[in-house]
Amino acid sequence: MSFWTRHQIFEKNSIILIAGILVVIAIGGLVEITPLFYLKSTIEVVDGVRPYTPLELAGRNIYVREGCYLCHSQMIRPLRDEVERYGHFSLAAESMYDHPFQWGSKRTGPDLARVGAKYSDEWHVTHLTNPRAIVPQSVMPGYPFLAKTELDPETIADHLRTNRAVGVPYTDEQIANAVADLKAQADPDNAGTDALTKRYPKAVIRNFDGKGGAPSEMDALVAYLQMLGTLVDFKLYNEKANLR
Amino acid sequence: MAETELDQVSGKTTTGHQWDGIKELNTPLPRWWVLTFYATIIWAIGYWVVYPAWPLLWSHTNGLINYSSRADVGVELANLEKIRGDKMVALGAASLEDIEKDPALLALARARGKAAFGDNCAPCHGSGGAGAKGFPNLNDDDWLWGGSLEQIQQTIQFGARSGNAKAHEGAMLAFGKDGILKKDEIVTVANYVRSLSGLPTSPGYNAAVGAKLFADNCSTCHGENGKGNQELGAPDLTDKIWLYGSDEATVIETITNGRSGVMPAWVGRLDPSTIKALAVYVHTLGGGR
Repeated sequence: MSFWTRHQIFEKNSIILIAGILVVIAIGGLVEITPLFYLKSTIEVVDGVRPYTPLELAGRNIYVREGCYLCHSQMIRPLRDEVERYGHFSLAAESMYDHPFQWGSKRTGPDLARVGAKYSDEWHVTHLTNPRAIVPQSVMPGYPFLAKTELDPETIADHLRTNRAVGVPYTDEQIANAVADLKAQADPDNAGTDALTKRYPKAVIRNFDGKGGAPSEMDALVAYLQMLGTLVDFKLYNEKANLR
Repeated sequence: MAETELDQVSGKTTTGHQWDGIKELNTPLPRWWVLTFYATIIWAIGYWVVYPAWPLLWSHTNGLINYSSRADVGVELANLEKIRGDKMVALGAASLEDIEKDPALLALARARGKAAFGDNCAPCHGSGGAGAKGFPNLNDDDWLWGGSLEQIQQTIQFGARSGNAKAHEGAMLAFGKDGILKKDEIVTVANYVRSLSGLPTSPGYNAAVGAKLFADNCSTCHGENGKGNQELGAPDLTDKIWLYGSDEATVIETITNGRSGVMPAWVGRLDPSTIKALAVYVHTLGGGR
């Protein structure tokens, strides 16, 4: 059997063929994916990016649950028109604690990577409840049930733990105080707000849904939206050192 | 393996593969296709050399032309500044009044302002600036925080109740929720407020009591005559323009729970010349003072 007919071994034995395919794909993965885990240049070194607060993480889970990523991206590409419209292009560091990331691939609605602090809480609440009350041409569905649904605080510590298992540096203290922090962030009068800010610098503490009582899903989602893209101070960001 | 042979019907040779007596004709790929395929492989090697491609142990290959998409966007943005050129610089340097006096600068400011308005302001104030419930109409001449060029610029820069140190502060108190007024008192004062702009009052309403309640509780901010106070963002109650609604139920709701609409500060998000352009654009929408 000459060298050029050796491939017949693969063609005639499906198990060997499968093993061969696995080896080839593994090489591709080793070369293309593995370096992203160890190369320092993958994730920029920036100040300010911290793990999500429990309330923000709960809001993020709602964002994923409702499939917001299907119509909204969270990825400002380094293109002139996008930077003009949305602000500084997204950094890898800004989604290093995202599991899973919400970069999205379709923009039926606008990009949300820097929507934080762009509109008022009241706007978000009104808009999420009925988008057309405020943006007549909108095709976004309404989510009126968010304001009526109380947030379930029981599972939040487990969500923090799960994120820690995949690499988010939540401390034992943060996990132990998850429920307290969750409640404190939606209530400026709560006694635990100082402890929350200490654990999560720059955490915004407001009554996001404008209603009293236990935090609602609306509180959580608005808290998440209002922090998107706000953690990195671009006045301090070293543009030259992070050219890619 | 069987030998290859000439197939009499098609005139082609067979490949020698045979399954259950069925033989396969040898039909090679067209030459142009094969050559294109090899060309893509050669192209890929060229790509590795020219562009950043291979990850290494500590870094990655940068390629001959040292391409960087992030550097590219920096260059593009710098070019954009150049295209906008001296006029945009002049816009940044000129005072707001001078911009409105100079037709060329005014046209530029309005064009830039309109684009920035659509991107940033339209979600709340509407694409034409007509506003929505709780979000002021910018086309009329009724201003919460003042409608002069400087006042508009100030509001855009720092917002209202935005958390910025220079933001407009002052909020409508929650007279009902905080127990300042009783329920029936709120109904009375709500009717008095409606009467200020000529709206009908409900039967059994006591105008004298309403006026006294208004003087004791509301006049500090809204003025003795209900004409409002732009220092405090207290709206004029005598006109027919209502931010949240003029029906009795809404007025009662406003007095009971208070209002404190938030306008974000734009000072770090938009550059100063864009904020200037926006101030001029909003000022020229129709209601500027």
